[in-house]
Amino acid sequence: MRTDGITWLKLRTPAMLLLLLVALATLTLYASTYTVMLATNILMYVILTVSWVLFSGPTGYVSLATAAFFGVGVYTSAILGSVLPLPLVILAAALASFSLAALVGGLTLRLKGVYFAFFTFGLVELIKHLLLWYEVSVTGLRGRFVVVNDSGAIYYVILVILLLLLLTSYLLRRSRLGLALQSIGQSEDAAAHTGINVSAVKTIVFALSAVFVGAAGAAMATRWGYVDPYIAFDYLYSFTAVAMAVFGGPGRFAGPILGAVVFAFLRELLITRFPYIYMLVMGLVLVVTILYLPQGLIELAGKAPWRKLRGSRESA
Amino acid sequence: METIVGVVISGLLLGGLYALIAMGLSLQYGVARVLNVSHGEFIMLGGLTTWTLYTAFHINPLLSLAVCGPVAFALGYVLHRTVYRRIWASSPSPGVFESNSLLASFGLLFVIQNIALFTWGPEIRGYTYLAFPVDLLGVSFGANRLLTLASALFVGVTFYIFLARTRIGKAIRAAAQDSTAAALMGVNINSVLAVCFGFGAGLAAIAGMLISMCYPVHAVMGIPYTVIAMIVVVLGGLGSIPGSFLGGVVLGLIGSLVSYVEPALTLVAYYLIFALLLLVRPTGIMGR
Repeated sequence: MRTDGITWLKLRTPAMLLLLLVALATLTLYASTYTVMLATNILMYVILTVSWVLFSGPTGYVSLATAAFFGVGVYTSAILGSVLPLPLVILAAALASFSLAALVGGLTLRLKGVYFAFFTFGLVELIKHLLLWYEVSVTGLRGRFVVVNDSGAIYYVILVILLLLLLTSYLLRRSRLGLALQSIGQSEDAAAHTGINVSAVKTIVFALSAVFVGAAGAAMATRWGYVDPYIAFDYLYSFTAVAMAVFGGPGRFAGPILGAVVFAFLRELLITRFPYIYMLVMGLVLVVTILYLPQGLIELAGKAPWRKLRGSRESA
Repeated sequence: METIVGVVISGLLLGGLYALIAMGLSLQYGVARVLNVSHGEFIMLGGLTTWTLYTAFHINPLLSLAVCGPVAFALGYVLHRTVYRRIWASSPSPGVFESNSLLASFGLLFVIQNIALFTWGPEIRGYTYLAFPVDLLGVSFGANRLLTLASALFVGVTFYIFLARTRIGKAIRAAAQDSTAAALMGVNINSVLAVCFGFGAGLAAIAGMLISMCYPVHAVMGIPYTVIAMIVVVLGGLGSIPGSFLGGVVLGLIGSLVSYVEPALTLVAYYLIFALLLLVRPTGIMGR
């Protein structure tokens, strides 16, 4: 009897994950177009958040450049969308974001965290200005039209990007690279003394985390149909990723996912009617979480009464 | 010849503003160790408050200094006492405090910005004040811009004398060198750090007031100014107040030169300098 219970407990999480995966994979068969679009939005925010945590979680280096990589993806899609098929466009966007992040990382990550934070914060503004200047003085138009894709197709592309990201995140935690990253987060000097090439490890993981953001940007752009530098390079994306991750709890695998899902729902409720209130609430939640719940919402879920109950039953 | 004089003088005019903005940020990072990305929001608050006072109550923009400065100081002081002090107490190491305070200021950026959007709306606001031309070495400049430089210099120099000559100034400088040692020597460190943060916010608001005399202001104007302040602070040397002042003037001159050639690329040029600086000399002009 007892062994049965243990196998059930062991199998419960994978079984539920499998069920969730099947439900997500067949979503377009039973859900309305609106639900599919809502799910796409939520999954996109999960991608931005988990990507941010991939690098900033273990290291403590705060990247404020998510919007820059997202925008690079959006613009890759806008430029190449009419000449290349979607998978190649997304690959190109991922490559462009990777290169940009590698460049930024190579420049700033050998220095103190301050420089990295400053540089990534301004990066969004820099690219926006450069692009605006280019569009106005060379192409003569401020915005661009993007080849539109079917919302179901975009949903599956986003889902695949998310699954690849989760797989990467899972494998990274168990790899030598991930271990090196964690030791850098705990003590950079000690990590350097054990023979880790500190700057290289940080730069590689930072660039890797940008890949998924760029890919998501390229996919989402094909839903909008029209983009301009202000839409593509919006600080909102950096801010949302950071706020969702911190709110959910960057220390655990499920934390950022939880944060992103909760916030994406809240966004759906508030953004169209009260955009300022939504941003205000997110800002307040970020500050309050840092002050009173530094481990994030996931920590609170772990302390919930029913968990204690189950914990006592398991140990009995 | 006239164009060179024109570019140099307008560079100094711009540089005065940059210096003031950067001094505030430098104080907040150099002493209180807060990477305050919401710095530009205080500039915005100063600018929009001055606009409201001038258009609704016909209060002279320079007089609104008496409102903006102290109110922003109080706001900064309270913010440090409530938010950053708490984060400091709960952070196990300076590195953790740095990232957590950065995250909190990122949250505050959006809180302040959206309160401003609520209050003033997204419209671009401007007014004309002392907009008549003044002849200077054969080139004419708006009287308001010259007044801006004079005020920025006055505030900057006054603040420097305050740091160099007063007891509180001494305590601030001690805290900048080593806050733990300063606390052990009997400096009330909580109060000094909060005062520093308040001064940073106050300087930003005063800069915002001066900016509103020459340029239009709006609720989402803050971020580009924060970016410029960050570049100036790195250019001058992290934590050095005279360095920030010098860095501001240098960047102002560069900005004026670039905007003479291609105004749309000013910020891009600043970023290029930022990147070069990180490659060649990340400690900046006066960094240790």
